[in-house]
Parts: sequence; structure tokens; C-alpha cells
Amino acid sequence: MAVTTVTAAGATAGGRAVTTSDESRVPGENKAGWLLFTPFLVLYVVFLIGPAIYGVVMSFFHTTLIHTGLGSWAGGANYMEAFKSSDFWWSMWHTTYFTLMTTPPLVVVALIMAVLVERVRHFRWFFRLIFFAPYVVPSAAVGLIWGFLYAAQTGLFSTWVSQIGITPPNWLGDPSWALPSVALATIWWTVGFNFVLYLAGLQDIPRDLYEAAAVDGATPMQQVRSITIPLLGRTTLLVTILQILASLKIFDQVYLLTAGGPNFTSRPAIEYIYDIGFTDYRAGYAAAASMLFFVLILLVGAVFLVVSRRQQRGV
Amino acid sequence: MTSAVSAVAPPRRRTGVGRSAVLGGGGGSRLFTTLCAVVLLIFAAIWAIPLLWALDTSFRPESEINTHPTSWWTSHPTLSAYHYIFANSDLATWYLNSFITATVTMILTVVVCSMAGFALSRTRMAGRRALMTLLVAGILIPGQVLILPSFQEFNAFSLLNTYWAIILPAIATPVAVLIFAAFFSGIPADLVDAARVDGASWLRIYTTVFIPLSRPAVSAVAIFTFVWTWNGFLWPLLVLTSTKLMTIPVGLASVQSAYGIIYGQVMASAVMGAAPLVVVFLFFQRRIVEGMSTTGIK
Repeated sequence: MAVTTVTAAGATAGGRAVTTSDESRVPGENKAGWLLFTPFLVLYVVFLIGPAIYGVVMSFFHTTLIHTGLGSWAGGANYMEAFKSSDFWWSMWHTTYFTLMTTPPLVVVALIMAVLVERVRHFRWFFRLIFFAPYVVPSAAVGLIWGFLYAAQTGLFSTWVSQIGITPPNWLGDPSWALPSVALATIWWTVGFNFVLYLAGLQDIPRDLYEAAAVDGATPMQQVRSITIPLLGRTTLLVTILQILASLKIFDQVYLLTAGGPNFTSRPAIEYIYDIGFTDYRAGYAAAASMLFFVLILLVGAVFLVVSRRQQRGV
Repeated sequence: MTSAVSAVAPPRRRTGVGRSAVLGGGGGSRLFTTLCAVVLLIFAAIWAIPLLWALDTSFRPESEINTHPTSWWTSHPTLSAYHYIFANSDLATWYLNSFITATVTMILTVVVCSMAGFALSRTRMAGRRALMTLLVAGILIPGQVLILPSFQEFNAFSLLNTYWAIILPAIATPVAVLIFAAFFSGIPADLVDAARVDGASWLRIYTTVFIPLSRPAVSAVAIFTFVWTWNGFLWPLLVLTSTKLMTIPVGLASVQSAYGIIYGQVMASAVMGAAPLVVVFLFFQRRIVEGMSTTGIK
């Protein structure tokens, strides 16, 4: 299921063409519009808005997956329990830690890749292919491949590390290595996406700026630093927030590579919700934990909004 | 998966200058360009290793993998791991399930969301502002926080372990509506007026004027819906528990435990899981990258 961000420009673009005089509405236009919109609205309400509201309701009940229906009234008990649960807060921390570990490299490496690819004249398609291809690989295949790369003794990484004379860590089995190892796999897997967003951003930088700078004797490095990077500011902002939101939703890779282990030391928030809801069948409590997790995402989104407003005003 | 519409609207017009004509010129920059190429090749090598390694291992006989697990070389390349996984798992069925769910979702998403985008951007229907707010609100809600209520809902509808459990929740994608709305609003109003004068209905204008003019938006939404649906994991894992109905990712996740450490077979499964979309990407590379840059989808 895809989750999305729309910058203010995108949202208003949708409404722009239609803001002209409502009073000149042709008879039947309103009806036609609603007819065309209805299939979407029905699916949207039944499968998104509905469940969202039902989720809020559920979080106040002792709902279980064993029986249908809401179960008995719980009031704030589910929320109180989540607030007091160290397992819950640990999972929130693992999600946050993973986000902190993955976001900077996923933004910086993507930027470096895009700037470099823009510089070479030949075989651009080849680099695009190599960097973007992992992004379309299903997480389950990524899990199988990286599970093998990280395997103790027989894995490629352990062998390389031993060859340079260091005892390889137990990549996925050591509590202090598990999440960083998953983060590394994630960087390989998803950097291609940010890379392509940066490539798109680079297209919008006018060429004459570089030419003018070159005439003034600016070295390529100076051009990158004083033209490319500042003019990519908007793209960087977009890539960063999308990456933060994507990283906060970490589940697949952890579930597949470490199953949250060892001893839950790498279990992220969504896997906690999954465990509580689908292993313990405590749907009401899991819904409450989901709401708290959602609040975290909204807070991050709000911070982004403030930052981007400020940045746009600054420009 | 995450997505975004940045400043959308019809494809940005690119000012004339040819891309390859640029750069590389000027004195010291030739050395710099070479340096860039070298660094790029190093990056490319690192990024290629995992997939190549999986491919390589999948062709090696199991006895060799056991004796020399980290050697790239094999003297007896074999397809036996592939034969084994096709004979002993439901891989073919999983492909079919993934293909059916992804294709149906793709078609329905394009139809339903483009109609909604057209209604929002080109008809002066009442309540547009409220609907737009509702859309943006939906964008903020990640599907992952809805797994419990959605599961209860599909359970109540008796739709668990059906294709519909995958297809239905994926169709109404607010971001796709916004992409279409933004694209459509860039199409000149004269076209609509002319068609209205000719007595065309709104449905006709949508099907015969707007859709044919919107190939970039249609293909971007279609490709990404297909990829997202094909690669979906958490929700299919919850609702598809019957082996015969699993999609590729859910099926593959069940494979690891089945084959244990028979790495040849595990890697062959991974390659089979990765191959279809990588091949699709190989053929549609240009369109995918352009689609992403014109619509800003993630």
C-alpha cells in the first residue's frame, strides 16, 4: 500500500483549472462530475476512510481477532498500556534509530550518484539500470539474497572481512549489528529511487549557469558546490522527507532478515503492531499502538511542513 | 512504499540544450570527468554484486557451494536448482497470482483514478474543495497503520484469501487522482469547449479527448501501480495464507524456511522473484524514469 506526500504545488495544481466561475456551470456538469467521481469515492470511503475511523474506535475497545465485533469497552486502557509498555517504546526507538541510520546515506549517496551520472557522457542507461534495478526487486528476494550475503562463515561479507584479518561480526545475530546490517541492505535496495528523483531535479538546472561559471574559471568542484547543490535544494527537501517517511515504515526487511530478533532487539514499530495484533490477536491494543505510531508520522510531517514553508519564504 | 507528487502538471518543457552537448568541456574538467567515471564504476560494481552473486550461486551445483561457498567460479554450471524449485514449490502459481492481482489493480486504478481526476479538475462539480481536502487527508494515512481494521473488515466480508483482498484496497489511490488532475488541468480548455459545442457528453470528452492526450500520466500511474502491487508484502502476508493464493513476495518469504541452507535453491528463488520486474525495467527504463520525473511519483 502506497503512502504519499503531495507538495503544496501538486495539490493546488489539481484545483487550478476549475476555479473559474461556478455560476457558469453547464446544466448536467455537476451530475457528470459526481458520476465520474463516485467509483473512486466509494472505494476510498470503504477501504481507507472507513478503516481509519474504525481503527480509532477499535483502539478504545478490547477488540480481539478471535471474535468478530468490537468486544468490550476499554476506554483509555489500551493507550495507558502502550504508554507503560517498554516493548512498545523500544520498537518505536528501533524505528527511529533505523530512520536516523538510513536517511542521511540514502540522501547523500543518491545525490552523489546523480551528480556523477550527469557528468559522464556515455552509458548513462547502464548506471541508471544498475542503481535503480534493486528498487524493483521484491523485499522477499532482497531478504533471501542479503540473508545469504550475511550468513556466518559461508557468507560473502564474513569471508571478505576475515580476509582482511578482522573477525566478522555476527551480522544479523548480534543485537548491536542487526539493525545496522538491515540498514545497509536497505541503502542498497532503495537508493535508486532517490537517485532518479535527483536526476529529474538536475534536468531543471539551466545549462548556461555552468557555462557562465566555466567561463569565469570555476572548477567543476566549485560548480557542483555553488550551483548544483544549492539549486537542488527543493529536490533535497522532497527526497529527505520522503525518505524519512519511508524509513519510519520499516517492516519488510527486518521481518525477513532478523524477524525482529535477536530477542526483539531489532523489532520496529510496525512489527510490534503486527505481533500484538496477529500473534496475540489483541486487535484493540494493536490499534491503539498504531494510532500512537501514526502520531509520530504526523509529527514528522508537520515538522517538514514548517521547514519547507520557511525555506520557500527564504527563497 | 512511498510516493509523492511534486509540482506536477504536464511534462516540464525542457529548454533546447542537448544534454550530452554539455559538460566535459573546459580545461581541468576532462580530468574531473574521468575521475567521476572511475568513482561511478566503483559504485556500480558495489551495487551490482548482490544480484550478480545471487545469479552466480544459483547456477552452481550444491556440492560446490558447500565446499567453496564464496567462490564465483563454477566448473559445472547447472540449472538443477531451478528445476528443483519449479518442481517442488508453487512458484508458477505465485507468478500467476501476482500477475493477475497486479494487472487487475493496475487497470482499475487507472480507470477509477483518472475518472476522479477528470471530475475534480475539469468539471465544476459541487464540493470540489471538500473532496480535495479528503484526498490530502488520505495521503497522510499510511496503509500500515490500518492493517487491523482493514483485516477485520475483509474478514467480515469473507474476502480473506481472495484476489479481491489485494485488489480492492489498492484501487483508490489519492496520489494517482492528484497526478491525473494535475495533468488534465494542463490540457487547453478550448478542446473541452469545442467538444461541448459539438454536443459531446462529459464521459465522451473524458474518453476521447483527455485519455488519449494523457499517455505520460497513464503510463506512469500504470507502471507504478503494477510495481507496488507486485511487490506488496505486509498486507498480502496477512490476507493470503493459503499457499495456492500467495503472490511472489509472500511465497518467497515462505521459501527460506522450506529450503533451509540449500543456498543454490534459495538463490534461484530470489533470482526468479527479482527477474520479472528487472526485465520489465530493462525494457521500459526510459519511460519509467521519465514518468517519475514528469509526475514526481515515488
